Formats: sequence, structure tokens, C-alpha cells
Amino acid sequence: MSLWSRHAIFEKNSIVLVIGILIVIAIGGLVEIVPLFYLKNTIEKVDGVRPYTPLELAGRNIYVREGCYLCHSQMIRPLRDEVERYGHYSLAAESMYDKPFQWGSKRTGPDLARIGGKYSDEWHRDHLKAPRSVVPGSVMPDYSWLAETNLDFVRIADDLKAQSLLGVPYTAEMIANATADVVTQSTTDSPDAVDMAKRYPKLNARDFDGNPARITEADALIAYLQMLGTQVDFKLYDDKANIR
Amino acid sequence: MANALAHRKTMTIGEGGSALTFAALAVLSIVVAAKAYTPEYAFHAYLFSAASVAAVFAIVNRYYERPVEAPPLTIDGKPNYNMGPVKFSAVAAVFWGIAGFTVGLIIALQLAFPALNFDLPWTTFGRLRPLHTSAVIFAFGGNVLIATSLYVVQRTCRARLAGDIAPWFVVLGYNFFIVIAATGYLLGITQSKEYAEPEWYADLFLTIVWVVYFLVYLGTIMRRTEPHIYVANWFYLAFILTIAVLHLGNNAAVPISLFSPKSYIVWSGVQDAMVQWWYGHNAVGFFLTAGFLGIMYYFIPKRCDRPVYSYRLSIIHFWSLIFLYIWAGPHHLHYTALPDWAQTLGMTFSVMLWMPSWGGMINGIMTLSGAWDKLRTDPVLRMMVVSVAFYGMSTFEGPMMSVKIVNSLSHYTDWTIGHVHSGALGWVGYISFGALYCLVPWLWNRPLYSLKLVNWHFWISTIGIVLYISAMWVSGILQGLMWRAYTSLGFLEYSFVETVEAMHPFYVIRALGGALFLIGALLMAFNLWKTVNAAVSAAPADLKLAPAE
Repeated sequence: MSLWSRHAIFEKNSIVLVIGILIVIAIGGLVEIVPLFYLKNTIEKVDGVRPYTPLELAGRNIYVREGCYLCHSQMIRPLRDEVERYGHYSLAAESMYDKPFQWGSKRTGPDLARIGGKYSDEWHRDHLKAPRSVVPGSVMPDYSWLAETNLDFVRIADDLKAQSLLGVPYTAEMIANATADVVTQSTTDSPDAVDMAKRYPKLNARDFDGNPARITEADALIAYLQMLGTQVDFKLYDDKANIR
Repeated sequence: MANALAHRKTMTIGEGGSALTFAALAVLSIVVAAKAYTPEYAFHAYLFSAASVAAVFAIVNRYYERPVEAPPLTIDGKPNYNMGPVKFSAVAAVFWGIAGFTVGLIIALQLAFPALNFDLPWTTFGRLRPLHTSAVIFAFGGNVLIATSLYVVQRTCRARLAGDIAPWFVVLGYNFFIVIAATGYLLGITQSKEYAEPEWYADLFLTIVWVVYFLVYLGTIMRRTEPHIYVANWFYLAFILTIAVLHLGNNAAVPISLFSPKSYIVWSGVQDAMVQWWYGHNAVGFFLTAGFLGIMYYFIPKRCDRPVYSYRLSIIHFWSLIFLYIWAGPHHLHYTALPDWAQTLGMTFSVMLWMPSWGGMINGIMTLSGAWDKLRTDPVLRMMVVSVAFYGMSTFEGPMMSVKIVNSLSHYTDWTIGHVHSGALGWVGYISFGALYCLVPWLWNRPLYSLKLVNWHFWISTIGIVLYISAMWVSGILQGLMWRAYTSLGFLEYSFVETVEAMHPFYVIRALGGALFLIGALLMAFNLWKTVNAAVSAAPADLKLAPAE
């Protein structure tokens, strides 16, 4: 009886075949995924990284909804040209509150991991409305309706609650103030901004879409884009602490 | 007494139970629709309730119209095959194929001519691209897999499909999931995980459909009258099981509320990236490879009337393929914040994967030993063999691109898109077309309307594929090189938008290739339509094509 004929046990018993398949496919995934929840360089905590403000989170949800990740990555690789073009390579900690991650897989447009603060709000406004008005060679669609659509944020506290359930450190205070914080952050010179900045350090609080009368989806999206990659101060970051 | 009972028609537990379940789902959906946070979600809830009401009606109506006895498992000693659901899926596959290729052509043109986004939310590239990928992978590919697997499992087990309502629930439920997913993308409902974009409620529904699919499949295997489970069924079974595991792992999410379409994924950041590409690459490995290898192992031997080249090679092929594939995911995350050891593992296993892939290719192509002449005379067989050749080509290209130094150039560029399409158009597309050209005449018991049209389909779409993948090779490598080009003074030579502008001619060529591929598929749809609607011929279909047992 050769070894080959032993294979008949899989061919004659469907349940044995099912169990065999399950064992064989489980190994690789377990080896590659489980350690990532325990290793220092994948659960590193880096100074400055904080959860998204309610407005930024709403903006991020618009980024997700419109499928921006299909053309824009948010992951700078440690290669000379990328670091020179986009900035410091991306750290695992910088996406630790990203549910889901937005690293992307294609750069039809440029990487956005450190887009925050590189362009003015006006530029973003014009660019979202009509990309070719500021970048003639761009192939990006127009997103003119964003500035014309009111942001739906009455239930934004539910979003924070769901995320806190999943381990994002939103405090009870943050959740209670979520709706008010959207208004505060999208208003220029709001008196509440100082208080909000205690909850969310490095806060950008201003009218992002150039229309103080309304809080639009453009407000949220620009607030999100303007904070991307700005949380970690790389003058202070110790890149030897979490060698990967 | 027994005789009297036998003549009274009673509703089975399956009929009564599923009618009640659907009725409950209809009520629940209406409540959800009434309290939904967004109109888009309310629309989906109404679709669910309408479909549930239709299901209740169909089940009850079927009960009134059916004979007292359940359909016999055998008639005159021959299995009484249940081919209704198979026929439905085969037709759905053709429909979704045309739809998916058309959307692909539209988004290809959008990248060349951005005005075609029309400045409307529903027609932007960002919303149409998931529609394209889901339509071709899950709607077209998925229906081909369901149709062929439910056909092959019955034939190779010599047994009627398990379940009565269950097989219909699988095909109709799966296609309903496609409708929910597709309309959701257009309305902006997505969780942004590539190839797993549908939100939590669609995922939950798909899970139920998939479990029933698995049970129907396994139940049919258990009913088999053949001692051995045929090799094609191993691959189909691995496909069904692994996709279930991947789907559950990757879509673990907490919805904000029962009344909101929005959910947040349990995983985050680097862990989520790894889970996503563990899923993403194995959607390629098990949906687009293992499942379609099941097609190869049944339809190529059948069509050329030769046994599979090597039984031992198929054993090695099967176990090594499913073991190695699972490890390959991290090659989508080279040079990212994923730890180096994981990237290296992913690369190493991707390179090793080359061997079982080519083992499978050899097993498929060498099955033609002694029947090579049929490549000249039978365009359907030629299509399937060229498909396996494309499989060999893209499973060489894949391991090469997974080598880190190659990937540093190819990643984020159109080279990846080209690679995917040599596998998707060449391998998955052609083996599916070949299977449909076989299956439709077998199912409807009519000869294929025109072999000449198959020949046209083959050549037009082959030219299309070649245009597509060579345009993407050039644009991908060109863009990768432009990104890293330095001037003699040590500055980056090109701004990003200059690299975008350089892509334009290749995007036009790619769209042309896609248009040719679509034209080929339209020829197929016409050919199959004429086949099904032909007057029943007096002579039986070509005996060589009839599946012999």
C-alpha cells in the first residue's frame, strides 16, 4: 500500500476532507496575523497620535464613502524618493485608530498620508470643486456637491460610541460633546475651541469651506485632510525605539 | 393508512419554516426602513422587504402547484438532476458579465477623459470602481462558480442536488446580495475594504447564503453514489470553505445602529491591513483560482474527452496550493508599517506558490495529450487551454512582483492593474466563457448555435487582452520609474501630475482593449441566446459534448 493510496481517506470521507482543508488553510493566516496584536512595533504608542475629532471622523467617513482610497494611498514607504516627495515614512501608530485602514493600493493620485497643512483650505476647496482649475493635468473627478451638501452629524456621538466599544479611547466627555464639537471645530474663532483642544490636542478649528453660514461635507473632508500626518512631531520622534 | 397519508399534500418543514422566516424578515425590514437614519438605507430595507414578500409568495405558490410527492432522487435508476438553479446562475453570469465589463470600460475611459465622471456623486470613479470589481468578480465570477459547481457536484457524484428550496435560496439570495452591494456602492454605502466593500447587513445576509451553499454542496457529496469524491469537488469545497472563513474574519464589524448602514471594522491600522490582504489575496487564491481550477478539472477533460493528465499531480497541486496561498497576503504590504518578517514570509511563500500553480497548469494543459488536434477544430477548447496558459503567465508574473525589490517599483502603479487583468480576463474570463459554451448546450440540450462566433469571440477578446495588459505594463513601469527619477543635481525630476499626464495614451489603449473584450462577450451572449432559443432539434446534441457518466 503506497502513500498515494492513503489519500483515499480524503476522497472517500467528505467530513475528513472538510477538516483537512480547514487545518491546512488555518496555519498561514494564524502565523501572520496573531503576532501583530502582541509585537511592540505593531502596537507602539507614539506621542501625539490621538483619535479623530468628530468633525475629522465625519470627514473620514466621506473619504471612505467616495472611495478616495481607490486612487490615493496613505502609506509612505521608507524609500528615498517617497520620503523626499511626501515626508517621513508612515508609522504603524499613525493609523492605530483607523477603522478600517486607508493605506490604499494604487496611486492614480499622490499619497495623502502627510497632506495635512501642505495646502491652504482655499486650495482644497477649489481642488475638490474642480480639480483641473488648480492642477490642469489632474484626472480626478469633480466633487462640487460636497460644498453644497449639509453635513449630517446629529448622530455623530453614535459613531464615537461604536468606536469606543472597539477600543478607541473616546472618553465619556468626548462622546457627550460630540455634536457640539462639530460646530466648534468648523467655526472660526469659536470660544469653545480652547476647551475642545484640551480633549483633542493640535486642533485645527476654523471654517474650512469658506461658508460660515453652513457646516457642509466639504468642511468635514477638508478638516480631515488638513490633519492627516500632522500628529507626530518627527523632531522629537525616536525612530530607534520601535525598529521594524 | 400509510397510503391515505401519502396522498394528502402537506407543507414540508422546509417550506413552512422558510416561508415564516421570510415573512419575519419582511416585517423586520419594514420596521428598519421606517426608522432608517438615511434614505439610502431605507431604500435597501424596502428592497429586503420586497424580496422577502416575493419569496413567501413564491414558496407558497410553489407548494400549491407542486405534486404531492417530492421529486424522486432517481428515475429508472438514473439520477434525477436538479438543473433549474444551475440554469438561473448561468444566465445571471452572462448578464452580470456584460454589466461588469461595461462598467469597467466606463471607468477606464474616466481615467483617460475625466469629464466622463459627469460631476455627479453616483457616477464618479470612486463609486463605480467597486461596482466594476464586484460585478466581475462576485457577480460574473460568482455565478459562474455557483452554476458550474452545482452542475459538477451532481454529475460527478451521480446524485440529485441536496435540498428543495435551499438551492434556489442560494442562487436567488446570492444575486439579491449582488443587487444590494451594487446599488449600495452607487449610493455611497461602502466600508472601503477592497473586494469586501458591502456593509454589515449585506455581509450578514451573504453569510447565511454562503452557509446554505456549503450545506447544499456537502449534502450532495454525501449523497454520492460514486465511492470517490472527484478532484474538481476538492477545489470547489476548498473555495467555499475558505471564502467563508475569510469573509467572517475580514468583515468583523460593529454597526452604529440597526437603523444605520454604517459600521466600524473591529480591527484597526496595521492589523486591519494584514487581515484585509489575508482576505484580499485569498479572494484571488480561493475565489478566482481554486474555484476556477474546479472548472478546469471538470470541463477540460470533458471537452477533449481525455482523463486528467496526472492523478498524483492533482493531489500535490491541491494541497500545496491551498496551503501556500494563505501565506501570500503580506506581499500587498511591502515596505509598509507591517513588520519586515511578515513581508518576507509573504514574499517567500508567494515565490513558492509558483510551483503548485505551474503544476496545476501542466496538469490542465497536458490533459490534451492525444487530443491536440482539437485545438484547431474546437474554439471552445482552445479558449479553455489559452485560459490555462494565461493562468501560467500571471502566476509567474505574480511571484515576480511579490519580490520586494520588484514590488518597490511596481506597487501603487498600473502594473498591478495589468497583472490582475491578465489573470482576470485571460484566466478567469476565458475558463468561464469556455465553461458557459459547454454548459448552456448541455443544460438546454441543444447544440451550440455557432462555433464560428466562438472563434470570433476568441480572437477579438484576445487582441483586447493583449492591448490591455501591454498598455498597463508600459504605463506602470513608466510611472514607477518617473516617480523615482532624479535630475543630475539630485532633485526629483518629475512632479506627481507630470507622471499622471504621461499615462494618458496608455489609458486610451487600455480602454480600447477593454472595449474589444466587451464586444467579444456580447458575441457570446448573442450566441448563447440563439442556442437556448433554437427550436428543439430532432437530433440529440453532439454526443461527444454530452456529459457521459
